[in-house]
Amino acid sequence: MSRKLVIDPVTRIEGHGKVTVQLDENNRVTDARLHVVEFRGFEEFVHGHPFWEAPMLLQRICGICFVSHHLCGAKALDDIIGAGYASGVEMLPTPEKLRRLGHYGQQLQSHTTAYFYLIVPEMLFGMDAPPEKRNVLGLVEANPELVKRVVALRKWGQEVIKTVFGKRMHGIASVPGGVNKRLDARERDRLLKGEPGLLSVDQVIEHALEGVRLFHNFHEKHRREVDSFAKVPALNMSLVDEQGNVDYYHGRIRIVDGNRDTVAEFDYHDYLEHFAEATEEWSYMKFPYLRSLGREAGALRVGPLGRVNVTRSYGDNAPLAQAELERFHDYTGGKANDMILHTNWARAIEILHSAELIRELLEDPDLLEGPLVIEPGEAAWTGEGVGVVEAPRGTLLHHYRADAQGAITFANLVVATTQNNAVMNRTVRSVAEAYLGGRAEITEGMMNAIEVGIRAYDPCLSCATHAMGQMPLQVTVQDAEGRVLDERLR
Amino acid sequence: MSVNITIDGLAVRADAGDTLVDVAADNGVYIPTLCYQRGRPCLGTCRVCSVRVNGNVMAACTVPVADGMEVEVNDPADMRKALVELLFAEGNHNCPSCEKSGRCELQVVGYEVGMMVSRFPYRFPLRDRETRPKKIWLENDRCIFCQRCVEFVRDRETGRRIFSIDHRGSRSRIVMDVALADRMSDQQVREAAELCPVGCILQKGLGYNDPIGRRRFEVRRLRQRVLEGEGQ
Repeated sequence: MSRKLVIDPVTRIEGHGKVTVQLDENNRVTDARLHVVEFRGFEEFVHGHPFWEAPMLLQRICGICFVSHHLCGAKALDDIIGAGYASGVEMLPTPEKLRRLGHYGQQLQSHTTAYFYLIVPEMLFGMDAPPEKRNVLGLVEANPELVKRVVALRKWGQEVIKTVFGKRMHGIASVPGGVNKRLDARERDRLLKGEPGLLSVDQVIEHALEGVRLFHNFHEKHRREVDSFAKVPALNMSLVDEQGNVDYYHGRIRIVDGNRDTVAEFDYHDYLEHFAEATEEWSYMKFPYLRSLGREAGALRVGPLGRVNVTRSYGDNAPLAQAELERFHDYTGGKANDMILHTNWARAIEILHSAELIRELLEDPDLLEGPLVIEPGEAAWTGEGVGVVEAPRGTLLHHYRADAQGAITFANLVVATTQNNAVMNRTVRSVAEAYLGGRAEITEGMMNAIEVGIRAYDPCLSCATHAMGQMPLQVTVQDAEGRVLDERLR
Repeated sequence: MSVNITIDGLAVRADAGDTLVDVAADNGVYIPTLCYQRGRPCLGTCRVCSVRVNGNVMAACTVPVADGMEVEVNDPADMRKALVELLFAEGNHNCPSCEKSGRCELQVVGYEVGMMVSRFPYRFPLRDRETRPKKIWLENDRCIFCQRCVEFVRDRETGRRIFSIDHRGSRSRIVMDVALADRMSDQQVREAAELCPVGCILQKGLGYNDPIGRRRFEVRRLRQRVLEGEGQ
């Protein structure tokens, strides 16, 4: 008789999801799915709002990568008023660097949260360790000094965000055409040099390096397990600059194959020409793919692993991260890395890269002086804008349209976790086949392996849930005694 | 003529006929208001300044002081809080994403009265926005019907009202004379947006320009402004 295994909820991710694995009578995996079971609706309820509210309203979709949503919205607003890249306008140096600073700060704190709080417990204790030990509290007990450093590291990233946006979470800085404040010397210096209770940027880089070493130590001891855990081939996607290197804030979209050869590169404003999206009745999350290659071959991987596969170099301004990137590329002989647990290696490298980029920016005088806003005038109004940034979890896109009065008439969000949907499902299947298939007994550790595979993507299901066409929605009306009065399934 | 009154037992001397809410502020007692502004005629619409005068609940902005008046401010505090909660429940006041946050009198009065959440069910009204004017955007579901705009914003040439109230009861909403609104100068639009105690009257395309920490009531609290005689 066939069996269905259900992991509900999937833990230590952002949002609510569940996994079902279908086994036949011989315990062979016949199907495996990651279901996103929550429903949001931001794209709908932003309709009618004044266009300049969009980045403030839509950043509330997430409590982790709100800066990315805020900046995506800001770039779209730049386009709408005719001060954006779509109109061929380059952002002024001061606002662009301030936006970048906040963005890198968020990447540092978001990756730190995912890597150290959610993923490292597995690395230190193993996937078979009991759940009550295999968590951040277990980490506190086992290595309190490491946890103190991690807390300090994350705090510093949050202070960068607060310095730029005014609050640690859901702050305000970007306005159409620029930002509303620059840094003063005192704000810059406390991030550069630290103060009691706050790290200096050099200490941050040291802690970031420790994160990379942590992965190497784990990798050396468990090389076979890490490398063979799940290998999921897919295309890799990232924003890149003119040299083909990752740019977390702005660039062209580049997609590379397993040989790291470019299969597509385009201006993100043309995304509708290049991407299509499929839907499944069992999930609120859509399945984007590269239109030219179709749903299977065109599935994309974004996020740390996708980015380090795409980027050629980090350039001269991040020498420590550059050395790690070269080691990463050498490990697969220059080919794209498909080993899912190496996403954590890539994430650790990006923490270091973010820290080095922040140090460079903090030494830039443009943060302290220069005009803040481009005012292109009413004639430049376009009424449509697209913003793309590399969010911690991957390529994030916001697309808005506004009517002549300024009311939003259309909003489309394609978030990183959605881009990863197909490869996450492939990962679930791969891990399920390796760990569950054909076994007579299913253990906690085997079930957890599936979560480990999902967690490597650090998915944010709260951001990714979508409504398109007829979504599976069940509404039940009960009376006070719990009797079902009406039930609708759509 | 001077008169003697008491405010929560405190003996206060004031000029007869002065407005109670101003007399209280001059003597260090803050009574929150949303429609009233010192130096401008009383509107008496929001009732948030309700206090007990000689045992009767009255809006302090409507009361001229008279000799022997016994005023209780502390006693009806929960009633004032309930009035503020009703205002929140009646509209769509989404402070986290509203551009008036940090400059909003309803928000700051909510903090003053200690409101954490409305005890009344939210009505989530659907009131049409007015977006036709060139420079002004009316976000009607944030309106608290204080009527400041109705009374104090006038066409500079004709003196005619630009804002008025349409419909009655729960269907009431502020409407604009679009032709007159389009004659407003940028300065007048800015003043109208500042006059609005909430984020209902917005200057088109301009929002979030004050960074967090430098917004009006973050720089100096409303209570402090009122007690120092600035009004709102």
